[in-house]
Amino acid sequence: MDNSYSPVMSRKKEILKRATGIDYDKFEISPITFDYEGLMNSCEYSLEDVQRILQETGVGNTPLVELKNLTELVRSISLPGRGGRIFIKDEAANPSGSFKDRRAALSIFHAKKLGYKGVVAASSGNYGAAVASQAAKRGLKAIILQEVYDSRKVGQPEILEKTRACEAYGAEVWQLTVGPELFYIMLRVLEETEFFSASLYVPTSVGGIDTLGYELAEQVFQKEGRFPDMAIITHAGGGNVTGTARGLKKAGSHNTIVVGVSVDLQGLHMASDIDFNRKSFTTGHTGFGIPFLTWPDRTDVPRNCARGLRYLDRYLSVTQGEVFYTTELLAKLEGIERGPAGNTSLAAAISLARELDRDQILVVQETEYTAAGKLPSSQLTFAKENGIEVRRGDPKENIPGKVIVIPERVDQIEVEDIDMEKIRHSYIERAMKMTESYVPTQEDIQFLAEDSKTSFDYVRETLESLNIKTANSTSRLVRGREA
Amino acid sequence: MSDAKRGDLAQIHKIVLEPDQRPDNLPSCTKSVPYECWIKGFLIDENANVGDEVKITTFIGRELSGILYQVSPIYDHNFGEPQKELVSIGNEVRKQLEKS
Repeated sequence: MDNSYSPVMSRKKEILKRATGIDYDKFEISPITFDYEGLMNSCEYSLEDVQRILQETGVGNTPLVELKNLTELVRSISLPGRGGRIFIKDEAANPSGSFKDRRAALSIFHAKKLGYKGVVAASSGNYGAAVASQAAKRGLKAIILQEVYDSRKVGQPEILEKTRACEAYGAEVWQLTVGPELFYIMLRVLEETEFFSASLYVPTSVGGIDTLGYELAEQVFQKEGRFPDMAIITHAGGGNVTGTARGLKKAGSHNTIVVGVSVDLQGLHMASDIDFNRKSFTTGHTGFGIPFLTWPDRTDVPRNCARGLRYLDRYLSVTQGEVFYTTELLAKLEGIERGPAGNTSLAAAISLARELDRDQILVVQETEYTAAGKLPSSQLTFAKENGIEVRRGDPKENIPGKVIVIPERVDQIEVEDIDMEKIRHSYIERAMKMTESYVPTQEDIQFLAEDSKTSFDYVRETLESLNIKTANSTSRLVRGREA
Repeated sequence: MSDAKRGDLAQIHKIVLEPDQRPDNLPSCTKSVPYECWIKGFLIDENANVGDEVKITTFIGRELSGILYQVSPIYDHNFGEPQKELVSIGNEVRKQLEKS
């Protein structure tokens, strides 16, 4: 078999069909539309099933903690009557130390049920450790593929820690240099081993997170007799937003505002050998967050079940410096020392709580474990070694890849709204580009409306503004001629 | 004496793709360097020196080959140096809470 780049990539469809156990073609309705709910439900696990499966390996049911001191601090800088109550879901209490255990737990259970001997995941972050941990518990073999080093063999401390964690759980780890060819390696390894693809984007991975949204809604309801006003979610590939929002709905928490947050790394190229070590955050940043909203199917499976744009009400960015500062606040005021990346949404909560009334409730839905490599001192030491300027000041002076500004005061933490209108527009534009000559039907317009959390009229008008003709019926046309 | 013997913890290095085998749509700084990888396991060869072509059994029991890169590799990521930009934050916000 030819294992060079192009031949392997051309075998993608067959490899993934075998490695996920899913025939994605069955869910395709048109070049644009697919049966999202059908795909999500294809593995046939109810929420109760998922909760039980997670419990078997000690995943979930993490504490919900009210951050009273932090809330007091926010109130001290808010207008009278303002300063919502901040709660945090301490997901670091999961076996491998992050909410990613929920994603891994169901996928690994499913892989074992289908008879796979092992699993493969591409992740330089907490997900790799979660897969390795769950695989250990269920007696499956795990191979974790990580993008670790630049061409000088210099690696981010946070990712080096993830290598250590995965190996501690007994996984075979491939430490790779920078490049999107991670996907090519994944295909090769899947083909060679016939293992399950524990992709972040298969239905079981997203389905596992439903429990997080459900739990937090229930916990708030039990404590306070009502559902939270806002759920604040760190956003990268879309799974965290998707699962949490679906879980909130399943619990009946329909009016909770779903807010996504990413660390601002705009301007840095994610496939650049040089930019790779100019960032301190390896996930939960705009470099993944924005492209995954505008083109969710850019993943390692044919259709991505993590579809953040379907569920987001608001999308915000915070700076690296604001997150490091927040990590200090959580440790010093609440006695909870956690990894910085997991505190991205907490940084946003500090800013958002100022907008809310005192009786309103914000839930930050994750924390992650901390360790050597995964804490502000090691990440800032690394940043300085790589030529990044670090100083106290106004976070507005932050420049991704050049300057990290640690706020001087808590009132300087201020979220930046990312223009959802622009994102929705580019999502629709991208869908048109990907399907070139195809003429969208009424059904496609409906799908695009659901997938972008807009309306039928919004999509129709956007298509008009792009000069895209649409078919009046549901029949399939090729742009310019009938199919 | 050789650097490693059978059963030692060993790390291999492989060039996965040479620059000309990498896709064209990469930034030039990435396209101009090889795509490399490092994997750990236990040495299968009786004896080997760094730089030799060797075989290892990975932690999950697979057999892989590559160039012996390091013997008993250590994890050397650490807690970093104390950061003057961070150390005073706790007291600053405590003071503010006391004032309010």
